[in-house]
Amino acid sequence: MSDFPRWKYALVALVMLFGIIYALPNAFPPVPAVQVTANRDAPPINQAVQQKVTAALTAKKIAVTDVFVEGDHLLATFANSDVQKSGADEIKAVLGDGYTVAFKLQSNVPGWLGAIGARSMPLGLDLQGGVHFLMQVDQKDSIEKQENSYADDIRSLLRDRNIRYESVTRSPVSGQGIAVILRSDADRKTASDAIGNEYTDLNVADGASTGDRFVLNVVIKPEKLRELSRSAITQNLGTLRNRINALGVSEPLIQQQGDSRIVVELAGVQDPTEAKKLIGAVATLQYRPGIGQPGDPRAVEAARTGNIPPEANLYYMRGDNRPVLVSKQIIVTGNQLVDASSGIDQQSGTPKVDVTLNAAGAKKMGDFTNANVGKPMAVLYVEQVYETKVIDGKEVRVPKVTETVINDATIQSPFSKQFQTTGLGSAKEASDLALLLKGGALAAPMDIVEEGVIGASLGQDNIDKGFKAVLLGLALVLLAAAIYYKLFGLVADIALFFNLVVLVAVMSLIGVTLTMPGVAGIVLTLGMAIDANVLICERVREELRNGSSPHASIRAGYEKAWSTILDANVTHLIAALALTTMGTGAIKGFGVTLMIGILTSLFTSVTLTHAFTAAIHGHRKLKTLSV
Amino acid sequence: MEIFNHDSNIHFLGMRKYTVTLAILLMLASIGLIAFKGLNYGLDFTGGVSMVIDYERSVEISEVRGALEKGGIHNAMVQSLGGTREVSIRLQPKDDPGAVDAVGKFNLDRIAADVIKVLHVSRPDAKLKSRDYVSAQVGQELRSDGTVAAVFVILGIMAYLWIRFERRFAIAAVATEIHDTLVTLGILALVQREFDMTVLASVLAVIGYSINDKVVVFDRIRELFRLARKAEPEEILNRSINNTLSRTIITSLFTGITMGALYFYGGTAVHGFAVTMLIGIVVGTLSSIFVASPILLWLGVSKKDLMPVTKENPELARRP
Repeated sequence: MSDFPRWKYALVALVMLFGIIYALPNAFPPVPAVQVTANRDAPPINQAVQQKVTAALTAKKIAVTDVFVEGDHLLATFANSDVQKSGADEIKAVLGDGYTVAFKLQSNVPGWLGAIGARSMPLGLDLQGGVHFLMQVDQKDSIEKQENSYADDIRSLLRDRNIRYESVTRSPVSGQGIAVILRSDADRKTASDAIGNEYTDLNVADGASTGDRFVLNVVIKPEKLRELSRSAITQNLGTLRNRINALGVSEPLIQQQGDSRIVVELAGVQDPTEAKKLIGAVATLQYRPGIGQPGDPRAVEAARTGNIPPEANLYYMRGDNRPVLVSKQIIVTGNQLVDASSGIDQQSGTPKVDVTLNAAGAKKMGDFTNANVGKPMAVLYVEQVYETKVIDGKEVRVPKVTETVINDATIQSPFSKQFQTTGLGSAKEASDLALLLKGGALAAPMDIVEEGVIGASLGQDNIDKGFKAVLLGLALVLLAAAIYYKLFGLVADIALFFNLVVLVAVMSLIGVTLTMPGVAGIVLTLGMAIDANVLICERVREELRNGSSPHASIRAGYEKAWSTILDANVTHLIAALALTTMGTGAIKGFGVTLMIGILTSLFTSVTLTHAFTAAIHGHRKLKTLSV
Repeated sequence: MEIFNHDSNIHFLGMRKYTVTLAILLMLASIGLIAFKGLNYGLDFTGGVSMVIDYERSVEISEVRGALEKGGIHNAMVQSLGGTREVSIRLQPKDDPGAVDAVGKFNLDRIAADVIKVLHVSRPDAKLKSRDYVSAQVGQELRSDGTVAAVFVILGIMAYLWIRFERRFAIAAVATEIHDTLVTLGILALVQREFDMTVLASVLAVIGYSINDKVVVFDRIRELFRLARKAEPEEILNRSINNTLSRTIITSLFTGITMGALYFYGGTAVHGFAVTMLIGIVVGTLSSIFVASPILLWLGVSKKDLMPVTKENPELARRP
């Protein structure tokens, strides 16, 4: 009698099993922990570090639940976030600058569940809080950069106009402008007019003159400075968003605070040290003409005597520390690229970064390589890190720039838009660099000035109330369906329950961050999922009224309702899909929840209920249906 | 159990002049409300003031929240920072009316002083550690993203309905859809409910909900047209609405129950979401019954538009 195929029963059973297993991890809440990883130059994490940390915590009577080494990092778990904070402070003090110490929520899911990829949904900032960073944007640096570039522009302008000058130098104090020194008063007059006309963002004024040194003071106008700092913050905000999205953290909070600070809050970070490194990292590439090969006699000579040719900088090769001379002229920088990805070079087997330049960069690179086949080109890796130094008994964070040449090779043939760069230390470094390059450069370097855990933005009473209301709402719908559609309603209730389970399982599996709007979204999805059952039940009733037999009514009910259910759900799906294209985390998460919910409800409301209905009514002769 | 008479034959289309006029009026009123009264944007959209308060002894977050509420500062966001002795408070300047002057400028120090004063009432050990402006959490890009998403929804749904049904169904659905969204937003502007990210999510969910409703009625229209021998459009449309009436209302009721539970028992966190959805459900259900089909009728839908295309072989028609 039953026309429901056996494989579909099996499928329904499998999906139910899958749902239960993968939804299970959510029953194990994570514990507060501190994660320690070693920086590039520090000794790796091992038993010795573990003992040091344990001893320090015990000495300070900080109650630690567990300290253990996991892979390349050390984890210390604590009973609550209060102890976690003092624990982190103590660990930082004991280990010093060589290690990155970060807050984390350590998963508590049993090993066998973890082994099959089951994990719990990270809870959002509103439900659980997360990690909080306050970052100071270093505006000085971007002003210096801007002044340097104006100085270059002025030099070439004076050269173009055939105005003889003695020097164009940026004042060592940032914001003090550029001093242009000319040979005569007449030259100064023409230069002043030329600069004033060409660069309207600059204020030009005559300075003190001595003998044949006629000084012209050039400063960036205050309104331009303000605009620069505003745009630096905006660009940093955008870059941070890109980087954090690339990390896969959903629903972060990134906002400007005051004039020069940025707040970042992340919930459910899997690897907080990684996040910390990435959000503040200032690393980029510069492509410059090389002068001779690494270890060239001229370079060795320069390194020995300290006499560096005026048009060149002396750097050292990453890895073997051979000195190398590199021209000061920059062909292309990391700012000019539009895409970067990492991989392994087929020929040498070393890590590489594939780079795609924008149009302006590609033109410069093309022009240079065309004219310089057979000559060397150097790739400079520029990284800015902050170090803690003690000055006058106070801890001060000072920026330190390290520049190393990662690659200095002869140009074999001209290239422009796309090419690859090798010479990076490890695949990890290559992928980090690609991520940084792709996320866009920071307009101004940033330093984390404050870091800590932040509590849930919703009060605990609100969270409790919210969850209670959700359960109440569901219970009421289950009850209403059972009363209104009797047996068919009960079957729909079972489907609804499994819809919730499968939905939670899928969300956990793909790592959707659960927030209060997300919870509301789940309830909404379930409320609407029952629509499919309403459609089916109404159809079955209609068929019965039209005089069909019970079995025929069930069959016709499912068949006829299917086209309606499909149309309604596809259009609904289109609407949900649009939400996921929105960049804003909370809305995106909500859209993803709706989308998964529509898909799972299609299965549970139709296939699963059909299986149950067929199993119940399958082989019996029926006079009536309980619908 | 049945609540609705399955033989109901209410002449919904007979009232179409009134119902559609009403819908248009509601829509215009909503546009006016949104344009002139505006939505009451929340902290997510406007940014505001952020403060860090230190306590000498540990403090409960709910205690801080309670103190602020009692002192007349509502809607502040209070979070613990690190341990239990430091809290972060974020609020909109308008939450502290005294500190905002006539032209809408506000005094940062005044707000900070007000907050501290309120906190001191119950806890004299509260100390202001820092205060600053914070920018909106979502910026311009949300507006452009939102526009793109809305266009995407409209085009996507139109394309799908055009292919599965017919051009007129696509137009009628999208027109009603726009009506539903605007009226929902209009009501939010009228009652000046705080419009935050959660409410935005809910408004966008209303779009999904309302299209669902329309498609079910349209599906029945298509089916009846195909089955009927003599198809008088007005009668077919009316019969479709009546046939699906029970389902339309039961589904709205079921979804309404869950949202009602959230609204009455869910606390402030889900209040906005639930109330927006409830408004959307009511508006969407009414427009499915009273607005979508009249538009379809005016656009001139007929049986031959809906017959499967395969039968209309032009080759056959041309043969003598």
